[in-house]
Amino acid sequence: MSNVTLTINGRQVTVPAGTTVLEAAEKIGAFIPTFCYEKDLTAPGACRICVVEIEGWRNLPASCVTAVADGMVVHTESPAVVEARKTILELLVANHPLDCMTCEKSGNCKLQDYAYRYGVTGTAFAGEKHAYRPDDSNPYIYRDLNKCILCGKCVAACNAVQERSVINFAYRGFNTKIATFLDTDLKDSECVYCNRCVAVCPVGAIVDKTMMGKGRTWELEKKQVTCTFCAAGCAFDVNYKNGKVVGVTAANAAAGRPLCLKGRLGVNLLYNPDCPEKPLIKKDGEFTEVSWEEALGIAQLLEKINALTK
Amino acid sequence: MISLAEKRKEYQNRLVEKAKKTVIVVGMGTCGIAAGGDKVWQALENAVKNKNLDIELVYSGCIGLCYVEPIMEVHRPDMPRVIYGNVNGETALKILEEHALNGKVVSDLAVAQDPKEGKTVLPEIPILNEMPFYKKQVKTAIANCGIINPDSIEEYIAYGGYEALEKVLSSMSQTQVIEEVKKSGLRGRGGGGFPTGLKWEFAYKSPGDKKYVICNADEGDPGAFMDRSVLEGDPHAVLEGMAICGYAIGADEGYIYVRAEYPLAIKRLENAIAQAEKAGLLGENILGSGFNFKLRIKAGAGAFVCGEETALINSIEGKRGMPRVRPPFPAQSGLWNKPTNNNNVETYANIPGIIRKGADWFAGMGTEKSKGSKVFALTGKVNRTGLAEVPIGITIREIIFDIAGGIQNNKKFKAVQIGGPSGGCIPEEYLDTPVDYDSLTALGAMMGSGGLVVMDETTCMVDVARFFLNFTQKESCGKCTPCREGTKRMLEILNRICDGKGKPEDIDTLERLSNVIKSTALCGLGQSAPNPVLATLRYFRNEYEDHIHNKKCTAGVCTALLEYKIDPDKCKGCGACKKVCPVGAISGEKKEAHEIDAGKCIKCGSCIEKCKFDAIIKG
Amino acid sequence: MCCCEKKDPKQEALEALLAKYKGQKGALIPVLQQTQDIYGYLPKEALQQISRELKIPLSEIFGVCTFYAQFHLSPRGRNIIRVCLGTACHVRGGAKIFERVQQELGIKDGETTEDLRFTIESVACIGACGLAPVIMVNDDTHGRLTPDQIPDILAQYE
Repeated sequence: MSNVTLTINGRQVTVPAGTTVLEAAEKIGAFIPTFCYEKDLTAPGACRICVVEIEGWRNLPASCVTAVADGMVVHTESPAVVEARKTILELLVANHPLDCMTCEKSGNCKLQDYAYRYGVTGTAFAGEKHAYRPDDSNPYIYRDLNKCILCGKCVAACNAVQERSVINFAYRGFNTKIATFLDTDLKDSECVYCNRCVAVCPVGAIVDKTMMGKGRTWELEKKQVTCTFCAAGCAFDVNYKNGKVVGVTAANAAAGRPLCLKGRLGVNLLYNPDCPEKPLIKKDGEFTEVSWEEALGIAQLLEKINALTK
Repeated sequence: MISLAEKRKEYQNRLVEKAKKTVIVVGMGTCGIAAGGDKVWQALENAVKNKNLDIELVYSGCIGLCYVEPIMEVHRPDMPRVIYGNVNGETALKILEEHALNGKVVSDLAVAQDPKEGKTVLPEIPILNEMPFYKKQVKTAIANCGIINPDSIEEYIAYGGYEALEKVLSSMSQTQVIEEVKKSGLRGRGGGGFPTGLKWEFAYKSPGDKKYVICNADEGDPGAFMDRSVLEGDPHAVLEGMAICGYAIGADEGYIYVRAEYPLAIKRLENAIAQAEKAGLLGENILGSGFNFKLRIKAGAGAFVCGEETALINSIEGKRGMPRVRPPFPAQSGLWNKPTNNNNVETYANIPGIIRKGADWFAGMGTEKSKGSKVFALTGKVNRTGLAEVPIGITIREIIFDIAGGIQNNKKFKAVQIGGPSGGCIPEEYLDTPVDYDSLTALGAMMGSGGLVVMDETTCMVDVARFFLNFTQKESCGKCTPCREGTKRMLEILNRICDGKGKPEDIDTLERLSNVIKSTALCGLGQSAPNPVLATLRYFRNEYEDHIHNKKCTAGVCTALLEYKIDPDKCKGCGACKKVCPVGAISGEKKEAHEIDAGKCIKCGSCIEKCKFDAIIKG
Repeated sequence: MCCCEKKDPKQEALEALLAKYKGQKGALIPVLQQTQDIYGYLPKEALQQISRELKIPLSEIFGVCTFYAQFHLSPRGRNIIRVCLGTACHVRGGAKIFERVQQELGIKDGETTEDLRFTIESVACIGACGLAPVIMVNDDTHGRLTPDQIPDILAQYE
């Protein structure tokens, strides 16, 4: 493949033809924010936060979908670019609950980071905000679509698994929303809580419910392990706070297998030192040994998974 | 190859034969029907049947004279054609009796006459082509509309239809066709004005054995109905244009994407396709040339954004109609990722004429950079609403004042909105600007599809901007942030201004949002969504300032800023207003001047409508 | 065969429709349109059947249904009133017509009367601008309206 030489922020860079401006900028370490872009997963170009200025172009193109060309002169932080990014962030924040102090995602949130970088406070536009009821219907995923910025990564992650596609874009315009069939709670959908969507969400719209309130993101230490509950061997992160296991999260959602609920819960128990060999449940006043499925209350869920694979 | 010449001769003879009989034509486009054309038709049909009259009753599409709909025409073999307007069931029967049967023109209902061999009937009836509405018009894209029966392929062929397709298939190479279209200077009639020949060339040069032709008939701009009139009045012209395009770029399949709100257009297209297939003019081995071309209709499902070509392609594929990122352009990778050419209805309708009469004929009209003619839909506060095809380069003033007859009710012209939600408003000082793609864009408007809505002094320009933002906001697909969230905030600001709660910084905020949306939105619709605001800010900034700083709406539109008062000198104390007021805000003794309690008044305007003495003022 | 085993004619129509479109590219929207013609709206069960037959995930079908204004997930009135609020109608008093229609029927935009007689929808433009203001009831267009004509027009539809 032939190479292309372009200038980014005054620096020359040579990349293979077909490379995007975003990738070329990454190569020289020029910062460009992204929301909807996730390599090999999404069809990006929607959020527009990654716009850049290219000399001679009428508009500010999205760098994630613009291919490099020979002699192109790109500016990633020109005044026009900063103004545009700031406005886009103000628009997103204007329709977002400003509860970073209690948000699980705080400290690991792209919206928060970029707002900080570009000095966006959330006061620019006062108007209608979404008032969706958060979906608290199941023990595994807490979904607050008021925080959703419609980047579509969760949809792409869900679609990437065969036979899933539980969620998709629904409605349109300002009312666009990520929804299940008939816009039900996850509990009433075909969701099996693999949590791949949780792993890719750049903001706090979809969070792991089992870890809520157990620690701020910066207090947690992660250790990657391989799940041994089936032959797929998914990677999980075991999260420790002060040396104690507080939860298991999906390490890399983009590659490989579905990161199933059974595996995640199983890994959690495996790494939890307080965990007994076999679960005991108090039945009629006495502790009785039961299966993990029963103890975890996921028997129904396993049926759902089995029904889907049939 | 099979020649159509003999058939054409036969059909022409049939028309000549038909002209020996008395023919009555009723305008039955959607607008004609809406005005009561169907009732006129019913009355005439009953009379002809019951009395067993030797009269041929036919219908046509729209001839553009919307302001006098319903329209009927009488052609007697011994008299010039006479066009009647504003007819109803009753007057239609009178015309049938007096004119069609007895040769006596009903002069008070006659709108125009079309002289026959130089002869006219009553001198006081205007000559069709000399009428102010028609005088400056040229008919190319809509030449057949209102003239032929849209449901008859025979009439289309008799009028020279499918001659261009025959010519292309028998004597022109693909590149020759593309060169001819390029030479004509035809530019896309749907919005952006991209050179059509160049577009075809891209699709032709794109490698691939499967290619598609798409006709964008998703005419969604409020105030535009050119494409509907063409589809309803001359559907075969579009099919012929598409088939020629298919041949030129190497496609054997095409789709016509028609908006669901046009049921009559869909019906006429279905019929036209069936007729063309039967006549061997669509389908396999057209006219024995070896060229195959199959056409299908796709009905839209109610989304304005599908007028954007990549959104339209997604919609045909059965997806949400959200625009795609470009590049790749449809010419490289369009429908089902195959090279695709997409033009709008009027563009295709121009093709047969260009091929038949030659590129030079077409390029002889228009300006240096914008060739040919363009159909405009004239609506709003003008005396003559309708459809007018004019040579590009004519001034806006000529269209509004000469053709459309100026402003209704002796009001003052304020602005003309051109180009729909992507366009802008042009004020009086620019009325002498020639109508062409580049001049309009320079004024902050755009040619768009050709909707032309005229506004007078009683139109509030902030309210107009709000109207369009409300439209784009509702129709935004929601994919990209600037359009989805930005138009919402712009609308909220405009609502605030119209409600009398505007803040001094609002104009700056509107401008900042406009500029960011323009430069960062994903598709053309999003990028042009702020245009109505930018254009009104450019020419009518004082109205915004009046609303914000003085809490005044001089046009008297924004309810929250109005106060209703009674002029005691004019009020006769008749009590009509008092009676109609729904909240009891009006008081006063009989035969004495009344008063409005501003605290109770809900500004519904009922009193103004009832007052016979113009005694109630709002302002 | 016993008569009680006879299938619901609507169900049969849906099956015939799906058989016709099965395996065709881009079938979803025409299938939804024609399903709505059969039922008057898009029932959940019909959507589930479409999903199975056309092999399109339910969430995607829901996304398409909610994107286009034409599709409805709950039953609608026998008569659909479309009030045009396009530019031309707007400057010629379309809002007053809209107000009167809502007032006469006691329902708002997008709603259906309790007796399922009427559903009101505002639309952006129905392309009859020369006759503004206009409304459409089912496939009939009524133009050059004044608010006082509304009761008579509505009375024509049962």
